[in-house]
Amino acid sequence: MEEDIVRAVPAAEVAPTKYAWQVRAEGLRVRAGRRVAVDGVDLRLGCGVHGLLGPNGAGKTTLIRCLASVLRPVGGEVEVLGEPLTGRGDLRAVRRRLGYLPQDFGHYKRFTVREFVEYMAWLKEVPGREVAGAVQRAVERVGLADRADDRLRSLSGGMVRRAGIAQAIVNDPELLLLDEPTAGLDPGQRVRFRELLHELGTDTCVVVSTHLVEDVAAACSDVVLVAAGRVVFQGTPAELAAEGGPDDVGDSPIERGYSALLGGAW
Amino acid sequence: MTEHAPADLISRYATGAALPADRLWALEAHLETCGTCRLRLADAAPPPVTALTESVWATLDPATRDPAAVPRAPGAWEAADGEKAARGVAARGAASGEQVAGGVAWRRRVVVRRRFSRWAVPSLVPWLAMAVFVVSGALLLDLIAPGDSAPSLLLLVAPVVPVLGVAGAWSRYLDPAHDLVASTARAGLEMVLRRTFAVLLAVLPALFAGGRVTGASPAYWLLPSLAVTAVALALGSVIGVRLAARVTVGLWVVLVIGPAVVVGGVPVVLGVWVVWAAALVGGVAVVALRSARFAQL
Repeated sequence: MEEDIVRAVPAAEVAPTKYAWQVRAEGLRVRAGRRVAVDGVDLRLGCGVHGLLGPNGAGKTTLIRCLASVLRPVGGEVEVLGEPLTGRGDLRAVRRRLGYLPQDFGHYKRFTVREFVEYMAWLKEVPGREVAGAVQRAVERVGLADRADDRLRSLSGGMVRRAGIAQAIVNDPELLLLDEPTAGLDPGQRVRFRELLHELGTDTCVVVSTHLVEDVAAACSDVVLVAAGRVVFQGTPAELAAEGGPDDVGDSPIERGYSALLGGAW
Repeated sequence: MTEHAPADLISRYATGAALPADRLWALEAHLETCGTCRLRLADAAPPPVTALTESVWATLDPATRDPAAVPRAPGAWEAADGEKAARGVAARGAASGEQVAGGVAWRRRVVVRRRFSRWAVPSLVPWLAMAVFVVSGALLLDLIAPGDSAPSLLLLVAPVVPVLGVAGAWSRYLDPAHDLVASTARAGLEMVLRRTFAVLLAVLPALFAGGRVTGASPAYWLLPSLAVTAVALALGSVIGVRLAARVTVGLWVVLVIGPAVVVGGVPVVLGVWVVWAAALVGGVAVVALRSARFAQL
């Protein structure tokens, strides 16, 4: 009798998702230093590219750091990928499926791009034999393959940021948090980056914080407008544009909607 | 049903014999994930295939056999700025030339750096240098001003030196990529312990060497060092590692170094090993119980 072989399908590959939203927050409050920078945020985010828009100091970075499980919330509820970040959720399991690019993206200057992304893959517990392939894929996706073995300190600011994007996507995250990812990218690279966002947004929840209205118009399926630690608007870019009238300040419909909602708060 | 593909199936696949679609699918899916069966497939390959792969391998440049060194064509990102890309490729060419020349040494350096970064903050070197500087400073003072009445400065400083390193190992201000590291799965107790271990590994030999020179017995400082480190970490689970390190060092200066300098002589408490053993066990227990607290700021 001939013996049969089967492909070992990892349980994770066929497991149904146990959550309705990648991000769910109710009355979330997070402190940044002494100030409560996020004060009562209610938010539900699913697959797609979500633009987190708001004036400086609105609490965008604090919100993203909290969703990245770096900051502990001081009040309210927050669930990321179905696990609560408050109380005793399984933080380690969530973090394995998370990608995060901080705003002040610090790095080790002596590392090469490949070493850096590999180190991050190791920290995210990507299985050892998959690391080399995953790193190569991530580096190619951000267009750094020909500089992969150069030290980070020899790269330009835009390239370092792309290395940062590569480390964020190296573990094929289910939730990708990017804080001001377009800072330092030139116009051509920004266009490529938006294409990458579109691609990622088809099966991933991508949250992009930005203060550039044109980024949102071009790349996002959904806009979350934050002001003074609260969500003041959530909807499509078209809905945001519809909020503005001809009397509002701004050069484009979305800018006019933005200033109509913020009422001169910027 | 076995874990691996049967030999005759592999040999039939290798020779290109017709296989039922389901078995073909199962075999190929298995080969994708199983290195052992891929090797068996290579063994079963008929001579024409082996000859072909041999000739391809022979024509490959040795440098490109290392998957880490394969140069790639510039991607879409570079299409926009062609000149930059050309410079990048030129730089890569030069770099891979160096890599071939110093091949083994280069690869060894990569491996060393990878190992190092898993245990210590890649930017830990300045902190370790500072710790060694503190030890050698204390040693120097001991040697310049030896006296029977004055306590050995090395002995007094030794227990808190590792704590300085611990503070550096888990600080937002000293690890440039702290935010990045803090959001990953390994962040938390595992990384704190790895980095603490690395600090101890670097600092303890320096203390041993210094102790040998001044004649300060390890019995007086080794257990206190470990105990103070454990207490600092335990405190760190409550108020954060960096603040805990500061508090511990402050308390040590006020409670041990101060009185010792004022009164003179080695503080009696350093010799009471029961106290330090209890502190060590207590500290480790608290760290173990509160391990989840290290995961978030």
